[in-house]
Amino acid sequence: MKNIEKIQKEIINEFALFDNWSDKYEYLIELGKSVPVVLEKEKTEDNLIKGCQSRVWLVAGFKDGKVIYRADSDAIITKGLVGLFLRVFSNQPPREIIGADNSFIDKIGFKEHLSQTRANGLVLMLKQITLYAIAFNAKENL
Amino acid sequence: MGFSIDNIRAQFPFINQNNPLVYFDNAATTQKPQNVLDTIKDYYYLQNSNIHRGVHKTSQLATDLFEDSRQSTANFINAAHSHEIIFTSGTTASINLLSHCLSLFTLKKGDEVLVSQMEHHSNIVPWQLACEQKGAIIKVIPFNKKGELCHDQLDTLLSEKTKIVAINHASNSLGTINNIKMIASKVHAVGGVLVVDGAQAAPHIKIDVRDMDCDFYCFSAHKMYGPTGVGVLYGKENWLEKMPPYQGGGEMIKDVSFKKTTFAELPHKYEAGTPNIAGVIGFKKALDFISSIGYSEIEQHEQLLLDYAEKELEKLGCVFYGRSNKRVSLLSFLFEKTHHYDFGVILDNLNIAVRTGHHCTQPVMGFYGIPGTVRASFAVYNTIEEIDFFITACIKAKKMLAE
Repeated sequence: MKNIEKIQKEIINEFALFDNWSDKYEYLIELGKSVPVVLEKEKTEDNLIKGCQSRVWLVAGFKDGKVIYRADSDAIITKGLVGLFLRVFSNQPPREIIGADNSFIDKIGFKEHLSQTRANGLVLMLKQITLYAIAFNAKENL
Repeated sequence: MGFSIDNIRAQFPFINQNNPLVYFDNAATTQKPQNVLDTIKDYYYLQNSNIHRGVHKTSQLATDLFEDSRQSTANFINAAHSHEIIFTSGTTASINLLSHCLSLFTLKKGDEVLVSQMEHHSNIVPWQLACEQKGAIIKVIPFNKKGELCHDQLDTLLSEKTKIVAINHASNSLGTINNIKMIASKVHAVGGVLVVDGAQAAPHIKIDVRDMDCDFYCFSAHKMYGPTGVGVLYGKENWLEKMPPYQGGGEMIKDVSFKKTTFAELPHKYEAGTPNIAGVIGFKKALDFISSIGYSEIEQHEQLLLDYAEKELEKLGCVFYGRSNKRVSLLSFLFEKTHHYDFGVILDNLNIAVRTGHHCTQPVMGFYGIPGTVRASFAVYNTIEEIDFFITACIKAKKMLAE
């Protein structure tokens, strides 16, 4: 099992292969296509993270001490980014998720997608990922 | 001297500093010409003093410049008096002032306020708040698929219960230009008051408040080559006299005692506190800039850009939202199977600034059943070459996102 840090390094290395923005985005869009899906019936208000620009749905489960996330977005670039976050954080123990940093997104040149003005739901999704981890962590330690 | 695009572009430092950026987000805010920027700088370098009441020289000078801007603004929109011009911080602030003061004065339980379905949230929410407080009712004037107001529905909705009608002169997400003169006569026939949100019209078409006969007209300096933080509220003298004041503070009083405070004459009654002096003074230069070209030239150039962009985009098979016969120079569109956010991100990477999303007009998006659009909006300094560049970028974006 790879840890969060190792996966982030892997992603940084993958994106280092591209020397122009459009190849990078095409790869990101491709990655979005394999994000673990959220079922239509799960796309409820509760699971919706409302960005001003794009919408993100996030669901989480807990199995064998690990948090499993699934997510979707109506925008494919957002979905690609969602996919990257899921690759990093899904299938990890909650305690690892809580303290993890996500500077990899900066290192692969997508930092602007986390800025205030984008309002694409990603910042709120990251917060929600942490909140789920905190909740599962608390439950486990009951 | 004829219309010279090179001469116009040369006046905008932003354009010359940000080559090769194509700026098509003018409906959000326009760039500022050199004379506006110089005037603001000069104010702080040479004239900075608080206005009115100062007996010293620079305060006098600043006051004169400030009041000069008021007179220029009044002339610019053909107001009858300069004291019918109230300076605010923007269109939103102007409308909020009105929804507060006007509702105190005219609204009571069961009265009706009409707003159109194509309003910016800034011309919906203040009226909702006012109606909630007063127990009045909001009624919505719908628009048709082309993005034109349903005038027959307006006729049906208007009644003696109608106290206020709030409507835009031009829609920020559809581009539609509404016939304010006709609407004003209908509203006045039932004894209502007409508030016009002119934020998207003033940059593009000649505004004549007396010809249109609207009771109030609100617009923003920053969307018409002026600085941010300056708005105009035009109101007919009799309405401004009748309404109660808005915020209390300095400048807006005549005499203050704990027993009774009396208020200043117009326009100061509505201008509590130190205003955006530099901005207001700079705004006059933006009006000068527009006058130096002339609205007929501006309209002609912008319509040329609009027609060309529309024709080229249509060839690529995009869907337009807002196809009224009379429109300001903006296009709201989507390509099939693409999301507005993705499209905006790709265009940004290709150095094109457009706006994406619901443009603070969620009822408009709801009407079409879409979450948002891509909006390209043009100003007088934009060019056909920039549209060509934009079209090439759209082809690339479409290829990346939908194929």
